Amino acid sequence: MSYETDGVGNNMGEFVTGRVGEIAFASVQHLSLVAQSLVIATVLGVGIAALVYRNATFSAVANGVTAIGLTIPAFALIGLMVAPLGFGVTPAVVVVVFYAVLPILRNAVVGLAGVDQAVVESARGIGMSRFRTFWRVELPIAWPVILSGVRISGQMVMGIAAVAAFVLGPGLGGLIFQGLSRMGGAGSIESIVTAVVGVIVLALVLDLALLAIGRLTTPKGIRV
Amino acid sequence: MSDTATARSEGDERTITGKAIRLEGVTKRYPGQQRPAVDGVTLEIPAGQVVMLVGPSGCGKTTTLKMINRLIEPTEGRIVLGEEDVTDIDGDDLRRRIGYVIQAGGLFPHMTVAQNIAIVPKMLGWDDARVKERTTELLDLVSLDPDTYRDRYPKELSGGQQQRVGVARALAADPPVLLMDEPFGAVDPITRQRLQDELIRIQHELRKTIVIVTHDFDEAVKLGDWIVVFREGAHIAQYDTPERILAEPADEFVESFIGSGAGLKQLGLQRVRDVDLAEAVTARPGDSAADALARAEAAGHGHVVVVDERDRPLSWPSRRALQRMTSIPEAADPKTPVVGSGATLNDALDEMLVSSAGAALVTGHRGAFVGVITVEVVMAAISAVRAAASDAMAGAPVGTNASDPAARGSDG
Ligand SMILES: Nc1ncnc2c1ncn2[C@@H]1O[C@H](COP(=O)(O)OP(=O)(O)OP(=O)(O)O)[C@@H](O)[C@H]1O
Ligand SMILES: [Mg+2]
Repeated sequence: MSYETDGVGNNMGEFVTGRVGEIAFASVQHLSLVAQSLVIATVLGVGIAALVYRNATFSAVANGVTAIGLTIPAFALIGLMVAPLGFGVTPAVVVVVFYAVLPILRNAVVGLAGVDQAVVESARGIGMSRFRTFWRVELPIAWPVILSGVRISGQMVMGIAAVAAFVLGPGLGGLIFQGLSRMGGAGSIESIVTAVVGVIVLALVLDLALLAIGRLTTPKGIRV
Repeated sequence: MSDTATARSEGDERTITGKAIRLEGVTKRYPGQQRPAVDGVTLEIPAGQVVMLVGPSGCGKTTTLKMINRLIEPTEGRIVLGEEDVTDIDGDDLRRRIGYVIQAGGLFPHMTVAQNIAIVPKMLGWDDARVKERTTELLDLVSLDPDTYRDRYPKELSGGQQQRVGVARALAADPPVLLMDEPFGAVDPITRQRLQDELIRIQHELRKTIVIVTHDFDEAVKLGDWIVVFREGAHIAQYDTPERILAEPADEFVESFIGSGAGLKQLGLQRVRDVDLAEAVTARPGDSAADALARAEAAGHGHVVVVDERDRPLSWPSRRALQRMTSIPEAADPKTPVVGSGATLNDALDEMLVSSAGAALVTGHRGAFVGVITVEVVMAAISAVRAAASDAMAGAPVGTNASDPAARGSDG
């Protein structure tokens, strides 16, 4: 047991030092893919939520789509994207955004629907337009709930983003595919473990960043 | 402001800053409901006056109020503000010119007090310096110290303070009209009474046109120049002064709505400053108790009022209590019944009920002691009000429903 651990440890060390440049590059690409997808997903999720949250039926549909969407295997979805979108970054972004939207959408609907109606009424009552009421009152008040959706999304799609490698997209997924394709061969396990550890570290980094963004963007009056 | 007029016959020279509101045959039918929630209401709300909308739950008070600023769009009818027909103008635009206050203030939790108040002026394009100045002015107006409260968030305020900020926000751009939907429904009775007094004082200064929905008839009597009593479908049962509604309810519906004790409710119509106050023997802390006692005996009074250096009452010891003292104590007695001269006789009676003396101390400018109000004076006032209310009032504003056969005109 101890021999094997040592062996893996030694090999891990060699693996990482030998390919530090490649790993660092893949990590940055991975984080960048996730971060940009999260931005797009936040805009989309909040946008869709803004269209549906006032209507009980639409909100129920949105929640249903969210629940079903999360059950679709990421591999299947990215496979389906190859035909229309080809290989590379585009299908990877589409798939990551798709999964990232779901928790954000659900939280945004909950958050916006949870804004005290009295507050909305008084905003309208003093002459704020529908749009201004949404932008200046409802969105800021719902923001902490939306942001916790963004954090859930970030954690979730950090792993999902690895499938991007399937369409030759960017990120740490490449190391996993290399390992899988040479399963049993030299360095295959090390490759996979490196990718997994990398994903976990990136997820922590991202979460801390989102936490900081949350502190900065949550109005003081509604901070808990 | 073509309709800005000088004040009415009450001998008050202050300028009215409010505008008249006219609802002309206004109806609201909610989708899927057979009977209209508001059924062809024609209502004249005179400039610079406070009109109270009362009636049973679901009778259409809120719907009527919200059609004035078109938060609810009328199905039929016209709304006229001053001389301007506002039925078809941009709703947001209209609402920026009308103050709106709801229960608990409806403040924006993510904005400070100052930011809440600044919203409408900013939308109207005021510059920062003017907005800041106005904020300070308004906080002063609603008796909140600007430096203490300006940067607080709503959650850092009490319910009563939130309500004050809500009023300040509604008044920010100096609108001619203020609409309030059960504004004091969410605060405790003591705070409510204070906020009511405050509103009376503010209205005394500003002379806006104010429409208030309430389910509290006593509140309507206390605050209203006019009261509209609605029945189901916003059918106007009576539109008259508080005095007349109490003295001559139009029908059984109004009578039952007023409830028992109409005589007592009339106490809400009269202010302490309007009645004769009794004199009292006063003393200051540190004075000789025996001396004060002697003066009280000479004047035939049972009690002595202890006042501080600015004449504010501290305590109200009886002669018996004075006999046990050597010098007058400095401590303020929190149980001393005190009412402001602007309080209603109703409030004064409340205060007396907790006092053993059957009377209350009255304070005037800056809380200085001015006299004593007794239960006998209050009783005499009831009879006087009843007699006076029977005198017909000419020039009452119009309030009718299209479908009522016997529509009431301005002179009955
Ligand atoms: N948005 C709406 N959709 C359908 N019906 C409504 C709506 N708002 C109010 N109503 C109905 O219209 C009628 C009048 O309602 P409104 O809110 O004006 O009553 P109210 O006099 O303010 O009552 P309360 O004292 O309980 O506040 C009620 O029967 C109510 O059920
Ligand atoms: Mg109501």
